[in-house]
Amino acid sequence: MTVLSLKNVSKSFGSLKVTDDVSFDVPRGEALGIIGPNGAGKSTLFNLVTGNLTPDAGRIEFDGRDVTRMPAMRRCLDGVGRSFQIPQPFEKLTVFENLLVAATHGRAASEAEVLEPCTEVLERTGLLPKSNTAAGALSLLERKRLELARAMATGPKLLLLDEIAGGLTDAECQSLIQTIRDLHSGGVTIIWIEHVLHALTSVVERLLVLDFGRVIGIGEPGSIMESREVKEIYLGIDV
Amino acid sequence: MIWVDTIIQGVLLGGLYALFAAGLSLVFGIMRLVNLAHGDLIVFGAYLILVVVSVLGLNPFLAAIVAAPVMFVLGWVLQKIVLNRTLGEDILPPLLVTFGLSIVIQNGLLEGFSADSQRISLGALETASVSLGQISLGVMPLLTFASAVAVIVGLNQLFYRTAIGRAFRATSDDPTTASLMGIRPDRVFASATAIAMLVVTIAALYLGTRANFDPNIGPARLIYAFEAVIIGGLGSLWGTLAGGIIIGVAQTLGAAVNPEWQILAGHVAFLIVLLVRPRGLFPRGG
Repeated sequence: MTVLSLKNVSKSFGSLKVTDDVSFDVPRGEALGIIGPNGAGKSTLFNLVTGNLTPDAGRIEFDGRDVTRMPAMRRCLDGVGRSFQIPQPFEKLTVFENLLVAATHGRAASEAEVLEPCTEVLERTGLLPKSNTAAGALSLLERKRLELARAMATGPKLLLLDEIAGGLTDAECQSLIQTIRDLHSGGVTIIWIEHVLHALTSVVERLLVLDFGRVIGIGEPGSIMESREVKEIYLGIDV
Repeated sequence: MIWVDTIIQGVLLGGLYALFAAGLSLVFGIMRLVNLAHGDLIVFGAYLILVVVSVLGLNPFLAAIVAAPVMFVLGWVLQKIVLNRTLGEDILPPLLVTFGLSIVIQNGLLEGFSADSQRISLGALETASVSLGQISLGVMPLLTFASAVAVIVGLNQLFYRTAIGRAFRATSDDPTTASLMGIRPDRVFASATAIAMLVVTIAALYLGTRANFDPNIGPARLIYAFEAVIIGGLGSLWGTLAGGIIIGVAQTLGAAVNPEWQILAGHVAFLIVLLVRPRGLFPRGG
């Protein structure tokens, strides 16, 4: 069963083609990693999937339905959750309140209905002890966890993670990876953009490489990292 | 004993100022909008209650209940259609637009009700009092103060205990992120102004029943409201009550020394607080 399917999707900003004829499928339960140099069009690809941008050409299917022109809000309600590169919690609200706000609006549900799922998300993301702390008082790792938790609180069928491991120390990164791995083994389908490669390869089943908006490789992480094209274009090694 | 009496009267008067200020504080706290027409909206509310009283022959308290939903809808529409368009990085557009709105309301009321001063009559309740030892307290000042406390408790409950309150606080914190969460800031702001107009209706009831009013007194009442909000610290509701009380006590103490000093004493108290604590007594967010 395919959760997300992109078919020949293209998007240009002026004369710059940031997404060029991109096609790929994400089966349910998979974790797909996306890598590529800066400006390769990774974040644009996310924005096309979430509906913050509309493609110029091609088709995007989510959960078996054509969502190419569906607005972002509807897609969120339908189950596309995302984290942001720079965590932006509501600083004056507590951690739990941050989740409540995301969950009630992201699921179009009442607070009573989301109390239980929110508590569960707090537990799974290791934030339970911080429930009543104002989000503004959190450390960077905790903010990243909150970013993850907030995306999870909307009850997503597909979770998009945008460079969530950036800026963390190795130990912090390891602990965050463990949390993401736990979420993934709990059945959440994940697409993860990341520059911290070892974080990515330790979780995902497949890697997709983008360069100048084009998919230049997709497959099992080991073979992708070994491929000549990736080494040449992405890692900048002359082979 | 006369001083204790004076201070208690001042505290109760502070309740009235806090009621004037609570709606202002609410709107500023959520959308950083300084509503210069707030005083005129209170006067407008008082006229609305007056009309309901004279047309339907209702008791003023019941008339306020009839007026409240009208004011609620008015607030929603006003915010959605007019004030939302003025919000942004620049603080000048909301000031100019609400200043203009203030003039429009004043002139509209002048046109409709003339410049004659009016009063909403409460009958015997106006002079009713209860005795506490040697001190005699007016029932209306007591009711005003109790209403102010009730409004502030109610608004705090709304802010911290309900889904819409959390949406208010989330939007106040960061409207952009809030909209990414599926909150629609324009609607949140409209709801906030609608709720502020309920508070305005309560303020209008006490404004209209406790003193004479005419179409032009809005700005003068607005000054007390502003001072109460600033003394309390912008956006803090309990601070607004404290601010109202400080002005009220200063005014009655000033009046006790010399009746001509009443208004002056209130403003002087405000200036002293501004000198000592420029960010107010209970600034939000430290």
